[in-house]
Amino acid sequence: MIINHPLLGPRDSEEFVYLGSTDLINRPTNWEEEASAEDFYQYQYIRDNIAGDHQELWYHEQGDQSWLVVSRNTLTHEITKVELAQDVARTMGRGK
Amino acid sequence: MSQTNRKDGGLINKDKTLTFTFNGQILRGYEGDTLASALLANNKHLVGRSFKYHRPRGIVTVGSEEPNAIMEIGSGAYKEPNTRATVTQLYNGLEANSQNHRGPLGFDLMAITDFFSPMLGAGFYYKTFMWPKAFWEKIYEPAIRNSAGLGTLAKEPDPDTYDKGFRYCDILIIGAGASGLSAALTAASSGAKVILADEDFIMGGRLNSETTKIDGTPGSEWAKNAVDKLSAMDNVTLMADTTIFGVYDHGIYGALENRSSESRANSNKPRQVNWRIYAKRSILCAGAIERSIAFGNNDRPGIMLAGSVRSYMNRFAVATGQKVSVYTNNDDGWQTAKDLRTKGVKVVAVIDSRSISPVMGIQGAEIFMGTDVVDTKGRRRLKSIKLSNGKTIDTDSLAVSGGWNPNLHLTCHHRGIPIWNESIASFVPDDKAPPGMSVAGRAKGTMVLNDAIKEAHDLGATVASELGFKPKDLKAASTPVVAYNIVANWGVPSGKNRAWVDFQNDVTAKDVKLANQEGFKSVEHVKRYTTLGMATDQGKTANVLGIGIMAENMGQSMQETGTTIFRPPYNPVAVGAFAGRRRGMEFYPTRYTPSHKWSEEQGAVFVEVGMWYRSQWFPQPGETHWRQSVDREVIQTRSSVGICDVTTLGKIDIKGSDVSEFLNKVYVNAFAKLPVGKTRYGLMLREDGMAMDDGTTARLSEDHFVMTTTTANAVSVYRHLQFCHQVLWPDLDVHMISVTEQYAQYAVAGPNSRKLLEKIVDSKHDISNEGFPFMAAAEISVCGGIPARLFRISFSGELAYEIAVPTRYGDSLMRAMMEAGEEFNVVPYGTEALGVMRIEKGHAAGPELNGQTSAYDLGMGGMVSGKKDFIGYKLGLREELQRSDRMQMVGFKPVNKSDLVDKGFSMAGSHLLDLRDKPTTENDQGWISSSIYSPMLGCYIGLGFIKNGLNRKGEFVRAVDLVRGSDIEVEICSPHFYDPEGGRLRV
Repeated sequence: MIINHPLLGPRDSEEFVYLGSTDLINRPTNWEEEASAEDFYQYQYIRDNIAGDHQELWYHEQGDQSWLVVSRNTLTHEITKVELAQDVARTMGRGK
Repeated sequence: MSQTNRKDGGLINKDKTLTFTFNGQILRGYEGDTLASALLANNKHLVGRSFKYHRPRGIVTVGSEEPNAIMEIGSGAYKEPNTRATVTQLYNGLEANSQNHRGPLGFDLMAITDFFSPMLGAGFYYKTFMWPKAFWEKIYEPAIRNSAGLGTLAKEPDPDTYDKGFRYCDILIIGAGASGLSAALTAASSGAKVILADEDFIMGGRLNSETTKIDGTPGSEWAKNAVDKLSAMDNVTLMADTTIFGVYDHGIYGALENRSSESRANSNKPRQVNWRIYAKRSILCAGAIERSIAFGNNDRPGIMLAGSVRSYMNRFAVATGQKVSVYTNNDDGWQTAKDLRTKGVKVVAVIDSRSISPVMGIQGAEIFMGTDVVDTKGRRRLKSIKLSNGKTIDTDSLAVSGGWNPNLHLTCHHRGIPIWNESIASFVPDDKAPPGMSVAGRAKGTMVLNDAIKEAHDLGATVASELGFKPKDLKAASTPVVAYNIVANWGVPSGKNRAWVDFQNDVTAKDVKLANQEGFKSVEHVKRYTTLGMATDQGKTANVLGIGIMAENMGQSMQETGTTIFRPPYNPVAVGAFAGRRRGMEFYPTRYTPSHKWSEEQGAVFVEVGMWYRSQWFPQPGETHWRQSVDREVIQTRSSVGICDVTTLGKIDIKGSDVSEFLNKVYVNAFAKLPVGKTRYGLMLREDGMAMDDGTTARLSEDHFVMTTTTANAVSVYRHLQFCHQVLWPDLDVHMISVTEQYAQYAVAGPNSRKLLEKIVDSKHDISNEGFPFMAAAEISVCGGIPARLFRISFSGELAYEIAVPTRYGDSLMRAMMEAGEEFNVVPYGTEALGVMRIEKGHAAGPELNGQTSAYDLGMGGMVSGKKDFIGYKLGLREELQRSDRMQMVGFKPVNKSDLVDKGFSMAGSHLLDLRDKPTTENDQGWISSSIYSPMLGCYIGLGFIKNGLNRKGEFVRAVDLVRGSDIEVEICSPHFYDPEGGRLRV
């Protein structure tokens, strides 16, 4: 596969390491609450097994070490969008 | 007599004779021959024995679809089995041997299996060898493997070189026949970057095998002119003898190029190159592959496909026999009779299964319309054929055409599903070719050559235009229109005679029928049950025929029956070509530390750790066992001073105003208040609460930190930290870079380590116990101004330091320190002594951080902060992880100190049991993860995990090793065996 890196242009997927769904961005912040155990459990283990468009995290290990959010169709491998994970994370409310 | 079947003409160079051997017999051919054409020129039809029944078999085809003529080429380590003679370019000295027979090829002892064939039908091994069950592995399977099969391996490392390469283009054109060349000419005229690849070593495809004229010139000349024209263009790359074997995602194509088969022994040039071609678009012009007809005994040597017979005549000037007959169900078969006749070869009969008027007259040949061949005779070579009208015809070469199948393999690599086209009685590609791929010519089912050329010509221009190039307005080549009429003919009911569908796997029409009768309805199931379409040729000539027979058996259409799924590779690819140069020491990179050469000079024994070569121990003269070296290194370090190369530890430079906050989020213990000039040990967990890695982090200045990780996890920890920063906390002011390879680092340990370092560290730096206490860190200079980093940390439990210098000074520093240490009797120590000392001190390492152990399990529960969120905090609090009966890390020592000493192995791997329990899985209480002989304690000691271990110190259990045979009583103890108060660290 070819991943069109937002900074570096098209790069072979061999240069990347795959992690998983962008659900991993939503790490719970309510660690002090008793009930957050369930949230962390969901965060760590529970994923949809998507047949179709999937937002996923890839790491450009053999490149600039960017974490990327790649929108990939798991049925066709078509990649429709590639963004820097830190930009996506910020829009999802992550900060400090 | 030599080359009895050779005629005039052809695309061979008769001025250059090549000598080769077949089963030891010396034979001759010409430059331009394949092994198959040279064998046929020498009247060698019988070239192998079949897979299952050991039937005599001959060459059937002229290309990579060949099912029978697969041979062992070369000898010794160079021997390559299962090589298709039809695509092996002849060279001087080529050694070929037929395979799968015992005794000579002409009299195969295993041919007896043919007489038992009624017992060996489809799925026979599933049925016959059911009982007794225990016989399968020891008796049945080896016997079957021994009698059935293909070639044998060299059983030596492959001495050939293989390489990998990368190419980029706008348009990849697959196949350089009439269509591919036409597409390439228009596409290339636009200036687009074009790669034209063909599996044959001469481009031109079928044009080199036909008498067809294009634009008034012979097809092969037209092709040569087109190739010349293309090769003169800068934007065109021609890749002959290159097979596109797979279509991968996003326009990536796998291509295997054959090179320099001749001078392999004397050349280190690659024999094959595995190219990865990145193409924006591709045009598939892979042509068509002929299929056979299933009639009785249709597998005798001398029975070949009609188009191949024509190729051997026209391209290689080889007549396949003296009295040739043709059996066809389509117009193209007649062309073979015509071409042979024109070349002066006697054609005795043309048999056409269609009840129509003869397509043409063939001088001297009997013509039979609406007639089939039903049986043949001749064990090692065809002698005669019997027709459905009862007539017998003497013939030594039968050319069969069951029609042509568009070669649509690559269109299906992304799950395209071929569509049945009744008018050409074959499958054609659907519209789901891989993105970017277009198809033209016979591969698309356009069987009339003139139409195929026009189609490909136009497609070349269209694709170039779609990419934004401007193709020139060229005129498509033209050729007389020759109709292609066909009536499907899958086979002839042949009574008791077997009619072969798949030659390579010995599958007959009856096998297919049997499979259907037994309930195998899906084409995929029939494939697996009968092995139809498996092995090296993947049924290129057999599949459609088999599907036709299935459809008839089940009374359903061809479309309903469908094809099996096509997958890469199109042709077999040697594993060596996938490995390329990554073999032996080049399998992955070898990493040497800066002072590697020094270690070599000391005679170090090396061990590979995370691709690094690390010194394991340094044998001294007179030492005959590694334990002697390791014990000496430990004792000398603990009594005076030792130096260990710890360069391989992961080192990460971290800067920014929020680093301490960041470290607080990734370590279990508090880092927010780590003062400048101090180092702290830290434990990192995964989010699931299990220990991931440990190491130290030093604060060199307000916003500058340096972290170490274990050698093995250097890469994964850095990746994890980048994840935590970029994905979880993007706004923290943190900047990281791995400096593992930028710094050489050495542990200097032992009571005299400070004295040694005082001679190295520039005197302006105070490294006294007061000036530079335990856990201090600083940027300093050594040896008169060389920048360095000094950390007072200890893995050995002694007064110790780690000193880091830029990589280029590593070797010099090592030598300088050894010189400075001479007066203290300094010793270099390796990873074994390092391991001994860490186990004596109870430090967890790789065997303990196995991904299943939490901070609590490791006895580090006290370090875990409850006042902050960090990776692994919340899930680490789960009830199951807090249970007191979890396996917890403690120390173990033998009750009898001399235990194991005479055995020479440690407790590592032993399982722990109550004293009176039997050694069963149910009674297992834990295991010893690390164990060594401690020269300081004078016995074996170990770290390990046992249920509720932290509360069981002083108890006695058994350590049982059923593999190596030991069963000893051990005491559960603190993992801190040596200097448990840590006094030696702080002096």
